[in-house]
Formats: sequence, structure tokens, C-alpha cells
Amino acid sequence: MTTKQTSKPLPDATLARIRKRCGEGVFSVSSHLDNLRLYVPGSKLVELATILRDEFGFHLTELGGADYLGYPGRSPASHRFEVHYVLLNYDTAERLILKSGVSDPDPTLPTLVPVWLGAGWMEREVFDMYGIVFQGHPDLRRILMPEEFQSFPLRKDYPLRGRGERHNFERVTREDS
Amino acid sequence: MAVTPKGFELPGKSGKSSSGVFAPEGTIVTSLDAVVNWCRKNSLWPMPFATACCGIELMAVGSSRFDIARFGAEVMRFSPRQCDLMIVAGRVVMKMMPVLQRIWLQMPEPKYAISMGACASTGGIFDTYAVVQGVDRFIPIDVYIPGCPPRPESILRAVMDMQSKVQKGGSALGNQGLPELRQMEEQLIQIRTRAGLPGVATERADESRFGYRLPGGESLVGRTETR
Repeated sequence: MTTKQTSKPLPDATLARIRKRCGEGVFSVSSHLDNLRLYVPGSKLVELATILRDEFGFHLTELGGADYLGYPGRSPASHRFEVHYVLLNYDTAERLILKSGVSDPDPTLPTLVPVWLGAGWMEREVFDMYGIVFQGHPDLRRILMPEEFQSFPLRKDYPLRGRGERHNFERVTREDS
Repeated sequence: MAVTPKGFELPGKSGKSSSGVFAPEGTIVTSLDAVVNWCRKNSLWPMPFATACCGIELMAVGSSRFDIARFGAEVMRFSPRQCDLMIVAGRVVMKMMPVLQRIWLQMPEPKYAISMGACASTGGIFDTYAVVQGVDRFIPIDVYIPGCPPRPESILRAVMDMQSKVQKGGSALGNQGLPELRQMEEQLIQIRTRAGLPGVATERADESRFGYRLPGGESLVGRTETR
């Protein structure tokens, strides 16, 4: 028997339980519409994710990055990059977003592959596009761009028109072929 | 009554009115190249390199409503070894370009290429880090089709243009292409073999601003420089 469940905001009770379990100071909370975001420093990320998986039944559904360079209204003190982990509890249909910030010159986060194996390729994609290094990742290679590609194209300071990388192909002329 | 054979006498070389060679009825006199080109142009075997929505239009051209078979080009083969007309239909990304070049090199001579649609010809709306801005920068293209995607009629038009190019250019012994294409390729080879100049065009001056360039140095200045 299946019942149709839609995504609904995390009840305050669950948030209170998480807060009680982890203690103060591990994360800060913000929300927008029905999105509840927990901001975690990278050092506490794996610990919090493990607790959310084992004791609160959350699963990883999506993982992505963002570059906030020059973002309007953002304080210069905050991190340049953010990586978000969208979690879902399959039983209660609660959603939760973990966010973790990193900055230049060494954007590094711990990997969540030991917690959720499915994070592997998504972390590779974030690495490919933003250059965020996930420490401990078993196979952190580029996933979309060619291996010899050297820059990170979704960073905001990457030229919009993407010039530069396309020059170096050999041109095949009628003479050669 | 003596029967006179039907036919005509071939004209002689300059100065002589007759060569003394009698051609029977039904004989056509032409050059070998013209016959070979006539055969080639009416049996083009396309290699559909369809990467995007242009490929859907290309399928429509192959089906009964538009019917590319009327022009003798219906035998789409998916092995480049059996094709002589490459139709690049859709945008080609950087990562795909070596594949396209390899397929092009695998096709036997004589071979021709059509760049179909805005994306294959110029990159179209996809002026991004990943998309090649016109496949003609990397392989020789004979006919371009405008449109996004082109109507099937445009593709038939392109096949007809291709046929007239095949008829005019090329010889029985090899496909040298049309004179203007040959000239352009000679220029290209000159550009490629001469010592490199640093790229100074104002349009491109900001390229290395962020240091995001592959090894290989600044690009060369030239008529056919890649952007």
C-alpha cells in the first residue's frame, strides 16, 4: 500500500531534535519558503551528515555548488563558494538542505562518499565546474570536461564567452584528409 | 540499296574539319571527369553526424515526405568507411571535435562535408566554454545550411548545391575541391607553417586576463584564426 506523500517543510520538532542531538554551535539555520538550510563548517560536515543519516533517516538526493563572487548584497566576509547537499527523509518526506562554504585560494571540503556513496559523481561534477576539492574522495577526476581542460568554467570570473580553450585543436584540411 | 550507317563523324583537332573517326548513333562525347563526377553526384552516401535537433530534421529529409532519395542521397550509413558526404547536424562540443575529425579522416576519398544549421556553422546561440564556434574551423566544409534548425527543403537545396559542386570540381583521380577552396587551404597551410606571431587583435586582447589558457601559447593571427 502506498500513500502519496509530498514534500513538506521540516517540522520544528525535528529541527529541535537535531539541535539537541548535535549541540549548539554546530550549524546555523536559515529558511526560505519551505527550504530549511543548515549552514555547517566543513570541519563538522561529515559528523553532522552521519548523524542525519543514522539517526534521522535522511538520504542524499542532490549535491551541487555555487559561486557567489560579486553576488549582490553578500557580505565580503562570507565564503565565495557554497556546496549544498539536499537531503530527503523517505519515510516522512522531510527535506533538509545542508550548506557548507569554502573560499579561495584553497577551496577544500571533506568528501561525503563514506556517508552516501552516491555523492561520488556529484562531487566530481562540482570539482569539475568549480574546482572545489573534496578531500578523501576515492576518484576525484573531471567528469564532464576533457581531462586536459585546466580551468573551472562555472566560476564567475571565467570569461563568459569561454575563449581560450578552443584554440588548440589541430585543423584538418582537405590536404591532410 | 546501300545502307548508310546512322551516326556522325567526330570533329578533328584544330585546323581539321574531320578526324576520320566515325561515331555510331547514340554516342555521347564528353570528358572522363565529367562522367565520373556525374556518377558521384547522383549517388552521395551521407554520414549523418547528428548531435542535436538538426538531426531530427535530417531524419525528416530521409523519410517519405521530403525524400532525399530523389537526389540519390538516401543511403545513410553509420560507418564512415562507407560514406562520402558528411552532414554535421547540430552543435559540436570541444570534447566531440576530435571524434568528428577522426570520423572525417576515416571517410574514403572523394568526400564532401555539409555544415547543417546555425550551431554547426557558427556555434549559434551556444557561445560558451564548451561549444566549438563553427566546425569549419577544424574540418573543411563545402556547403553551409542556415537555419535553426533548417527546413527540410533547405537540406535538399544543400544537396543540390553539393551536387553542382561535385560536378564542377574534382577529377577522376582525386578530389581537389573547387579552386577557391584550394586557394583558401593553401593560405591556411602557409599560416600554419609560418613562425607564430602573438595574438594582438583588439577583439581578443582580454583572453589571457584570467590566466585560463591551455599550454600552446597565444593564438596565431590570421584570416582563419579560431576564436
